[in-house]
Amino acid sequence: MRDVSIIGIGQTPVGEHWERSLRDLGTEAVRAALEDAHMTHSDALYVGNMLSGQLSGQESLGALIADYSGLRGIEAVKIEAACASGAAALRMAYVAVAGGVHEVVVACGVEKMTDTLSGETTTGLASAADAIYEGEQGLSFVALNALLMQRYMYEFGYKREDFAGFAINAHRNAMNNLYAMFRKPISHEAFARARMVAEPVSLLDSSGIADGAAAVVVAPTELAQARGLRPVRIAASTMATDSVALHDRDDLLALEAARASVQKAYVQAGAGPGDVDFFELHDAFTIMAALSLEAAGFAARGEGARLAIEGQIGLQGRIPICTMGGLKARGHPVGATGLYQVVEAVQQLRGEAGANQLQGCRLGMTQNIGGSGAIAVTHILERVE
Amino acid sequence: MSLASYWRTSRQRMSLIGEVCPHCGIKLFPPRDVCPKCGGPAKEPFSFSGKGVVYSFSTMYSAPKGFEKYVPYIVALVRLDEGPLVTAQLTDVDRSEVRAGMPVEMVTRKMREEGEDGLILYGYKFRPLFQRVAG
Repeated sequence: MRDVSIIGIGQTPVGEHWERSLRDLGTEAVRAALEDAHMTHSDALYVGNMLSGQLSGQESLGALIADYSGLRGIEAVKIEAACASGAAALRMAYVAVAGGVHEVVVACGVEKMTDTLSGETTTGLASAADAIYEGEQGLSFVALNALLMQRYMYEFGYKREDFAGFAINAHRNAMNNLYAMFRKPISHEAFARARMVAEPVSLLDSSGIADGAAAVVVAPTELAQARGLRPVRIAASTMATDSVALHDRDDLLALEAARASVQKAYVQAGAGPGDVDFFELHDAFTIMAALSLEAAGFAARGEGARLAIEGQIGLQGRIPICTMGGLKARGHPVGATGLYQVVEAVQQLRGEAGANQLQGCRLGMTQNIGGSGAIAVTHILERVE
Repeated sequence: MSLASYWRTSRQRMSLIGEVCPHCGIKLFPPRDVCPKCGGPAKEPFSFSGKGVVYSFSTMYSAPKGFEKYVPYIVALVRLDEGPLVTAQLTDVDRSEVRAGMPVEMVTRKMREEGEDGLILYGYKFRPLFQRVAG
C-alpha cells in the first residue's frame, strides 16, 4: 500500500443557506480543496451524502457535483453511510489512492437539510435507524440517543446537567471558527433550562441541523512532497459496523463499532490514546461524546462524562475535543460532517487553526459515526515534518 | 410504511412472533433468519410471552412525520422475559411513573393513521403489568 496524504482542504460556512443549493455547496467545497492543493484535476470524486434523495429529490450526486465542479467525465459516485457518509467518502478515496488505482482523488461531503420543514428532516434522519422496528414505532433519531443517555445516567448515576460541559466546550471553541454555525457561548444555566426534545436530550445536547459542504484532496505522500505541497499524512483509515438497531446490541453503552474502528486505527498508526493530541469526535448529542471518549480509550466505561465535568476536554485539557466547535456548535450537516472534522484536524496539524491552535500537535484523530453507532469511520492524521 | 411491508410484518407486529435458534437456543426478535450469535440458520418461529421490564425510556416532544399529533408520547427499550430487547411505545401510563425495571406487558394498539384515506396502522405497545391484588 502507498503512503497517502491530504494535500488540499475546502469548506463552506455551516448554516441555513436558503440562497444556495446542494450542488452550489458541493461545488464550492470541491473547488476550494482543489485550489488549496494547487490542482485543477482529479482522477475521481467521492461524494459523501445521506439525505439528498429524501430532502432534495436529487440522486446521481457523484456525476452532478463532478460536472458542476468542472470535472465532467471522471469517476464519481455518492457514498452513503448515514451521518458517517463524509468520512466514508474519505475512506474510499484513501483505499483508491493507497491501492494504486488513482493518483489524485477528491472526497467531498455535502448536505442540504434546511429546504424542508423540520418534520420532514426529522423523518429523513430517522432513516439512519431500523425503519420498521425503530422508525415505525414512532422513534426519532433524537429518541434513540435519549434511550442511550437515560440508560447511561441510570447505570452510572449522572444527572442531565453533568453533560453540560460538552456543549459549553463546543460553543466556546466555535466562537473562533469563521465557518461555524453557532458562534456564541452558552452557560450552565442555559443548558439546565433548555427545551426538551426527547427527555433527557434537550436542544442544547443536540447538534444543529444545517447545510454545508467540505472537501479534501488525497494523493500519494511522495507526489505531494515532490510538488512541494504541505501534506498531512493519513496514518490510519478504518471503518467498522455494528447492528443498526439499538435493541440488537449486546451492550447498549459500548459503541462497539467505534471501539473496533479506533482499535484498528491505533494498530495501523502504531499509536495509542496517549499519543493522540486531539480528538474530533462525533458529538451529535452529548451522550455520543461521552460514549466516544470511552470507546476510544480516553476514559473507562461510565467515566466519559467525567472528562467534561473535570474540564479535561478543553483546548488546554488532557484530550481536547471539538477544537473548532464540533457537531454541536460548528453544526452537523450530516453527510458533510465527517469531512468538516477532517478539514479542521488538517487546520490544526498545519498550524492554521487561529485562536484555537493547539501548540505542537502532531497526531489528530477524527471519528465519524453513522446511525446510533451502526457505522464508525476513524482517521488518524499526522503532521509531516 | 407500504401496504406490502405492513402485511409482510403482521405476525411480528400483531403477535410478537420472532424466532428461536435451533443450534444455540437464543430467542430472536425481530426475526432475522440467521443467528447473530452462532451464525447458523434460525428460521423456527417463536411466540414471545409479551412480558418484560423497561430497560430505558424517553418522552418525545418532537415527532417524525405521521406521529406529530401524538406528542408527548413515551418510547422505551423493553427487555422481554425471554431475553431480547424490543423498541416500542409505552401506553396507559403517566410519564412520571415510568422507571427502569418496571414490569410491562405487550398490547395491540393503533400506531398512527396515514391521512383520511390511508391505512390505519396497528402494532405493539407495552403497558404496566397489572398486578393481582390479594383478597
